Amino acid sequence: MSSTVTLTIDGVEIQAQPGQTILKAAEAAGVYIPRLCAHPDLTPHGSCRVCTVFVNGRPQSACTQPVAEGMVVENASERVTDLRRQIIEMLFVEGNHFCMFCEKSGHCELQALAYRLGITAPRFPYQFPARDVDASHPDILIDRNRCILCGRCVRASRELDGKNVFGFVGRGPHKRVAVNAEARLADTDATAGDRAMDVCPVGAILRKRSGYTVPVGQRPYDRRPIGAEIESARKPGA
Amino acid sequence: MGDDLAEGIRQICAACGNDRTRMMDIVRQVQARYGCVSSRAMDLIAAAVSTHRVEVESVVSFYAFLSTRPKGRVIIRVCDDIIDRMRGGERVAKAFSDALGIGFGQTTPDGLITLERTACIGMSDQAPAALINDVPVTELSSDAAWEIARKLKAGTPPDKLVQRIGDGQNAHPLVQSMVVNNLRLAGPVVFAPLETGAALRKALAMSPQEVIRDVKTARLRGRGGAGFPTGMKWDFARAAEGPRKYVVCNADEGEPGTFKDRVILTECPDLVFEGMTIAGYAIGSDTGILYLRAEYAYLRAYLEDVLERRRKHGLLGRDLGGRERFSFDIRIQMGAGAYVCGEETSLLSSCEGLRGDPKNRPPFPAQKGLLGCPTTVNNVETYCCVARILDQGPGWFAQLGSKGSPGTKVLSVSGDCRRPGVYEVPFGVKLAEVLQMVGGQEAQAVQVGGPSGQMVGPPEFQRTICYDDLATGGSIMVFGPGRDLLEVVDAFMEFFIDESCGYCTPCRVGNVLLRGQLRKIIQGRGEPADLENLQSLGTAVKAASRCGLGQTSPNPVLSSLKNFRSLYETRVRENPDGLQPTFDIRAALGEAERITGRKSAVFAQ
Repeated sequence: MSSTVTLTIDGVEIQAQPGQTILKAAEAAGVYIPRLCAHPDLTPHGSCRVCTVFVNGRPQSACTQPVAEGMVVENASERVTDLRRQIIEMLFVEGNHFCMFCEKSGHCELQALAYRLGITAPRFPYQFPARDVDASHPDILIDRNRCILCGRCVRASRELDGKNVFGFVGRGPHKRVAVNAEARLADTDATAGDRAMDVCPVGAILRKRSGYTVPVGQRPYDRRPIGAEIESARKPGA
Repeated sequence: MGDDLAEGIRQICAACGNDRTRMMDIVRQVQARYGCVSSRAMDLIAAAVSTHRVEVESVVSFYAFLSTRPKGRVIIRVCDDIIDRMRGGERVAKAFSDALGIGFGQTTPDGLITLERTACIGMSDQAPAALINDVPVTELSSDAAWEIARKLKAGTPPDKLVQRIGDGQNAHPLVQSMVVNNLRLAGPVVFAPLETGAALRKALAMSPQEVIRDVKTARLRGRGGAGFPTGMKWDFARAAEGPRKYVVCNADEGEPGTFKDRVILTECPDLVFEGMTIAGYAIGSDTGILYLRAEYAYLRAYLEDVLERRRKHGLLGRDLGGRERFSFDIRIQMGAGAYVCGEETSLLSSCEGLRGDPKNRPPFPAQKGLLGCPTTVNNVETYCCVARILDQGPGWFAQLGSKGSPGTKVLSVSGDCRRPGVYEVPFGVKLAEVLQMVGGQEAQAVQVGGPSGQMVGPPEFQRTICYDDLATGGSIMVFGPGRDLLEVVDAFMEFFIDESCGYCTPCRVGNVLLRGQLRKIIQGRGEPADLENLQSLGTAVKAASRCGLGQTSPNPVLSSLKNFRSLYETRVRENPDGLQPTFDIRAALGEAERITGRKSAVFAQ
């Protein structure tokens, strides 16, 4: 039995470790599959669906689906890209995202994905939901207007910090990230040193007084598109 | 009074072994005793079962029958699905509201009665219906609603509202319900008599592998709708390693228009439990769980009694049938109002005391299911088929029905037909034959398989009910000539929005957007391009959603677009002023015109 698995992504053959997810296998081969809820230090969540690929013709989330011998993965085709655009646009209209006023601009993965996928304006009407801001904590700000419910903070608090600061409450369109207290983050054991405060892909969880330490224009996604770091590792000839 | 709550919660949690995987039982009891699971109650529960408060809140806030804010001692839940609306449900709802002097979502000032709407409660053949706490009241009229409200205000307990008693086991002393079976056609598989214990005896005389072989030979497929081969599922569960294994029966019958499991559980619970026991033997499990939807709580005492009788008769318990080391028992897990828990991995999450979020697959439940153990989840009707197959033999079963779909299917028929109710028909029956049987020949449309199924019109009535053509978990809703089908589609989309768990983006957001686009068209503000937008968005939600709910939720839109396209086309128009067609320039200018006190010179009309 061979110790690696061979699959193709957009017609290019790659080798992967058995048990690896499609997302990780692609990444190791220098192929970027767009994603939001996935994070290298956290267990896969499979919720944002941005990493959806077609596997042997069927849609699957690349962050949760393990590789298999002979798998045919479609990642960068027009139909997959349009599906991802629709999902990103859904996230934009679901919340209140004003990039020009957001201190996360240029660090924001949602914004960066919109640029990468060539979205100029969402095709869907804005929902303008009423969401709250929790500035109770001395060092941390939660702005739920920007939350995309990816669950990174929920998982990071549990898996990396050994706490349980965040959790999902409500269901359907009323689902939101709550804190482990009656209402305020200040009443939890959250601290600015928690990894949970690092992982937010958007500007929903911010450390106070640190928003502009890197000037706009010099931020990672101001300079290179999201995913470029993975693609630059692509082996020549692959 | 001061610490009645702390003491009560301590008792409830202790009785559940302070086991956080039994969170559903804990919060249901707290809700029943205190009218809500308050903020303080959540703190107390979290402390008692050693979890975090936000974990308790995540559960309480998920299920429709649980609440963090106080509710009345009596909760009236008026069934609000399309069939109930068609049969006067709105008038009944208004009567309740008028009689109580409160709106929906409100509680009477004395804290006695709360009025709510709820999704289909499985009484579509006797709509309009409502639940008064656990008690179903059916075939309501405005007068009946006024009368119920009057009695409740006077302090009559809900179970004393039942004045006429239904047929069959609905009259059982432990049921005593006004619900009727409307069992119009009993077939040979589910509704034929079976000597209790006979199928189990035959199974225990074989090896577990032989039992699975028989289920495979019968080519039994799941009756819940997805149609996965049962024997194959059991093979996986048998082969999988785990400290223990579970047999789960999915009685979370939430698909609007489906009520066949209610009738099966009322009339042949032994057949269901026998099938589950056989499954336990086949896969090597000692624990069965019946996950019963909260709407059917009125059947719980009766079902517990059936289980108790089976224990007394040696059909559950230790060393069954003299088979050494085959022990099996069944417990009932109550749901708390969530359609998505009919999805098997959501159901397992719920059984683990969590929100009813679906799980990522793989691993599949047969490999890692309940609490990480190999689990088979099958439908109520599937277990009936299993018992019958073991009793009558796989050959007998396989010759029933059609080639690709052996056996029978129990249908729940509702809507515009003369004989709504439950019909056990052989697979392969034509939809037109079903319509004839039920007295619904004039139908302009039939929804096959509930909202997650398909809406078909007369050109499709010659198609057959089976896995390979018109698949259904049992729901058949008939819509007569006068019905506005787009309003039906809209009601279905509203249902999916309410019932989405919110875990994944396309289902959480996409369904809201789909309904928004649909409403625009219904209100006459749509443009021709909107039909393509609906198609494209619906296709995206189907493709990208994580579980069966989102993968089927656009079906009402997509199937009506395909089969009833003219209904959409007649309601859309190009905008004559050449602007974005759905943009109403006059309305947009209104405020500015009021402020400036003059009309726009450019857009005067």
